[in-house]
Amino acid sequence: MDSASAPFDSALFPEGVKRCKFKWFLFWVAVLHGPIMVGVIGTLMCWGLALNVTYLNNNYPFGLWIAADLGIIALGGGAFFTGFLRYVVNIEELKNIVNYAVVIGVICYAAAQGILGIDIGQPLRGWFIFWHANVHSMLTEVAFCITCYFMVLCIEYLPLILENRQINKLGFFHGLAHHLHGAMPTIAAVGVFLSFFHQGSLGGVPGVLYGRPFAFREGFLVWPWTFFLAILSAIACGPCFTILVTWFTEKCAGKQLVKKNVIDILAKISGRLLVLYLILKILDTIVWVGLAKGVGAPFSSFYANQPYGYWVLITEIGILGIIPAMLLLSERVRRNEAGLIIACLLNCAGIFMNRWIIVVQTCAQPVMSFDKFVSYHPNWVEYATTLVFVWVGAVVIMLSYRYLPIFPQEKELNPL
Amino acid sequence: MFPFAFEWIAEPTRYVFMGALYAVLIALIIILHYCAIRAFLDMICKKKNHNHH
Amino acid sequence: MKEAHHKADEKTYKFGMVIDLDKCTGCGACMVACMAENNLPFRKDNSDRLRSNLWMRVYKISNGRSFPDLDISFIPRPCQHCEGHGHHAATPCVSVCPATATDYSHETGIVSQVYTRCFGCRYCMAACPYHVRVFNWWDPTWPKGMSKYLNPDVSVRMRGVVEKCSFCYHRYQRAKNKAYAEERRELHEDEYQTACTQACPAGAITFGDLKNPEHKVYKLKKSPYAFRLLEKLGTNPKIYYVSTRDWVRKAGDVYLGKEGKDVTHA
Repeated sequence: MDSASAPFDSALFPEGVKRCKFKWFLFWVAVLHGPIMVGVIGTLMCWGLALNVTYLNNNYPFGLWIAADLGIIALGGGAFFTGFLRYVVNIEELKNIVNYAVVIGVICYAAAQGILGIDIGQPLRGWFIFWHANVHSMLTEVAFCITCYFMVLCIEYLPLILENRQINKLGFFHGLAHHLHGAMPTIAAVGVFLSFFHQGSLGGVPGVLYGRPFAFREGFLVWPWTFFLAILSAIACGPCFTILVTWFTEKCAGKQLVKKNVIDILAKISGRLLVLYLILKILDTIVWVGLAKGVGAPFSSFYANQPYGYWVLITEIGILGIIPAMLLLSERVRRNEAGLIIACLLNCAGIFMNRWIIVVQTCAQPVMSFDKFVSYHPNWVEYATTLVFVWVGAVVIMLSYRYLPIFPQEKELNPL
Repeated sequence: MFPFAFEWIAEPTRYVFMGALYAVLIALIIILHYCAIRAFLDMICKKKNHNHH
Repeated sequence: MKEAHHKADEKTYKFGMVIDLDKCTGCGACMVACMAENNLPFRKDNSDRLRSNLWMRVYKISNGRSFPDLDISFIPRPCQHCEGHGHHAATPCVSVCPATATDYSHETGIVSQVYTRCFGCRYCMAACPYHVRVFNWWDPTWPKGMSKYLNPDVSVRMRGVVEKCSFCYHRYQRAKNKAYAEERRELHEDEYQTACTQACPAGAITFGDLKNPEHKVYKLKKSPYAFRLLEKLGTNPKIYYVSTRDWVRKAGDVYLGKEGKDVTHA
């Protein structure tokens, strides 16, 4: 690189790669601070003025926030699953994307915890869930595992930071990064253990509500079937989300960062898991119809109130389930960039929709015959405080991409 | 919550649940310390070797 | 061991209600009494039912027919103090609370709510099919001077926590203290009554120990016209309703399907 034209912070870049001018970097970070500030204002309103600033109400104690929380965690499932495939199953090629999966995971899990911090009515009492824990509650399991897994993700992210060109020059940090890499299979295994439980528990959150026939499922031991479906759906869509974010990053950076064969491995695994998930999901739906009928709730009653008509079920399982599964199974589609991205988008949207259904539609269903259906849609405060984590996440990705060796194949794919 | 907290109820699920939590936390602390100590020792050894030569 | 002995000695109750829907006129006195007794905050415009704090709510339902076949009924709905049974051994809301802020008392059968423990995750509200749990969306405020009239026996709740009907638990505590002072172990039926029961001008609400044959509720709940809300779900509530009208009893179940399509929330 011509040292005269190199950005002034080029000494911090990973070895042998090119980055944009610092002023452009700063410009985009500044642009992102616009929506971030809107989110911060929304957060301060929630904390300062109480939750009446949202459109949540006594019929909808859970709304966009909790649905987004469940969705984000499912999408962030790519981190633990890629880690599992790389370090436990030992698929060597995935070392080229596992770093980025970790960065995406850190952002997703930080976002989930941040949203919960706004959602609860008394944020200063958040620690009660740990101290006065009711071990029979699915939410307790979620809180414990998410917090622990976030620690795991931070430990996985740490060696990436330490591998920054300047930090890595310091002997201790160099050694620490090296040994952390050595310990990564153990750390990844702990992450898999934790993820198994919290991904499942998030599915179990509505599944245990036996007062709500729409959500309730029978199960295995203390876990409803939705527990297992949630794990499966998370590992089916998580890798697709990693592919999507990687693709978007490549478009922004204007260069290829990960080889196609690596992406293809993730897409193929994702497709097969999605098929398995869909088979079980359809079985679950059939069993659920009988279960609900047993307590006097006919299937049609669940889809009697607009906007939650039958189209919800058809869209979730058909358009956003079977179609992406078929696309991902086809090698021709996977090799085609547009086809792959559409399949990944549909897959992620399907899982997100599933989380919305199990959270918000559950609240929407009146259970007493004389109860009235009321509709809910989030207001700007809820949108802004949820989306703020997307913008903050983008800044974290920009910083990580600029200064840390996230993509091991970048140098080879883009020789200077 | 610790077993000596006044709310603690001696039931199997609680031991399993809290036991798993503390096992994970201890595992993470051990891994971090192990790596840090190894890195520290490496650094000292390198310095010694450097001085020796 | 000490605790176990203490528990074995202790008198246990299963407090519940029987509400005669054929007597209820829908006057709302129970709601007002409940608000005054339990220091429930309200707003200048309290018409938004989705955000107002009502521990006792009176629903008005109609059979959906036109005159002269039109019939209406009012359903007062306090917390159902579910016990759960069989496969669902725990109260729907108690089992889900992550911070043990709500508990089922085996001494009284009352589902309690610890306001200072609740951190406002609202999972219990999602778990309750009766919508008895309400969230404090605002800081509690009262018109000038009215705070002096608050009930000193009931704590005022802060914003951001969930609350619900407690069967006027403070009245139980007061009655229990009195009984201890008089060296009695058992409460008389009239010693502990909820505010709504006493306020009902039609005498539609009867309160007492559901397992004590000497209490009125014991006999009333055995009426062939008695039913409970959402019986099929297995929540095992302690509020019984009585109505001689067939369509009202049917309206108490989960979904009615075709036969109840006319029942409306009037």
